[in-house]
Amino acid sequence: MVTADEVWAALDELPDPEIPVISLVELGVVRDVRVDGERVSVTLTPTFLGCPALDAMRRALESKLVELGAEPAIEIDRGDSWTTDSISPAGREKLRAAGFAPPAPREASATRLIQLRSKAFRCPYCGSAETRLENIFGPTPCRSIRYCESCRQPFEQFKTV
Amino acid sequence: MSERARILLELADDELVVGWRDSEWTGIAPTLEEDVAFSSIAQNEIGHARAAYELAARELGSTADELAFDREPGEYLCTPLVQLRLLDWAHAIARRCLYEQLDQARIETLKASEDEEIAALAAKIDREEAYHRMHAELWAERLRGQPRFEQALEELRPYVDGERNSQAPEFADLWNEMTSVRRSAPGAEW
Repeated sequence: MVTADEVWAALDELPDPEIPVISLVELGVVRDVRVDGERVSVTLTPTFLGCPALDAMRRALESKLVELGAEPAIEIDRGDSWTTDSISPAGREKLRAAGFAPPAPREASATRLIQLRSKAFRCPYCGSAETRLENIFGPTPCRSIRYCESCRQPFEQFKTV
Repeated sequence: MSERARILLELADDELVVGWRDSEWTGIAPTLEEDVAFSSIAQNEIGHARAAYELAARELGSTADELAFDREPGEYLCTPLVQLRLLDWAHAIARRCLYEQLDQARIETLKASEDEEIAALAAKIDREEAYHRMHAELWAERLRGQPRFEQALEELRPYVDGERNSQAPEFADLWNEMTSVRRSAPGAEW
């Protein structure tokens, strides 16, 4: 029989399907693990509601739990339990190292245009704050595109939600 | 139908249909950036629809797929604003601006709901909609005072508060396309 800590450690090996440098646990989308004998229940939440990776994540969690000898029960939470502040410090650093600028910390109110146009976003390659918004939307719903004026490199910025 | 189910279906139908309409720009938007933006917005809106249909389905003893694709055209509760097929960019942007205003007012109300599931879903949706609103704001700023854009706003404004069960003529075509998979393969899943 596995313990909850062993389950968390095993799930921390599962990469995010779209940004594989970060694990599902580091991303913060695994919200809860409950061990009840053979049965292990895991609550998973999508980053964005239309995220097409959700089913791939669910299947990866199920296979991992089966590998551990558990009977998996995955519950999808479509409520408001995840924000980009749920990404762990280690996860944020891995994002940055891979060229994805990690999300800015959340503020009391929703992000506004004036913030996206400010110098609050650093280039993940050279660290310069001389960056500008290219497009609010990017290759997946969770990313925007910015351009670094210092190293003249476009980069992907994780949206703050 | 309960008041709760009606609120969820209005939200879900609006989001599904506006997402469908926005996705019609995929591949043909005037710039690559807008191709990406409209496709992302459509993906988000349809994700919101799915989550709202799932809540409604539990209450109605149905499934999200049945609610989205197995109803008759006259049973959809979407605002006429989202039903229109708009092939002109000024109109497409005007609709995005008007729709985001309508949606923001609704989401604010739902976030304050005493129904915890509805309030949590609305809060989740609102995080994503903040970016749709900024997209609309950028365009409104860029096009303000331009005759084509201003005329499109004037033309579309009456549809915002239009009767929800009156179907714009082009809704029949959209419904045919949207439900064709479920009608040819009954039981197909999202």
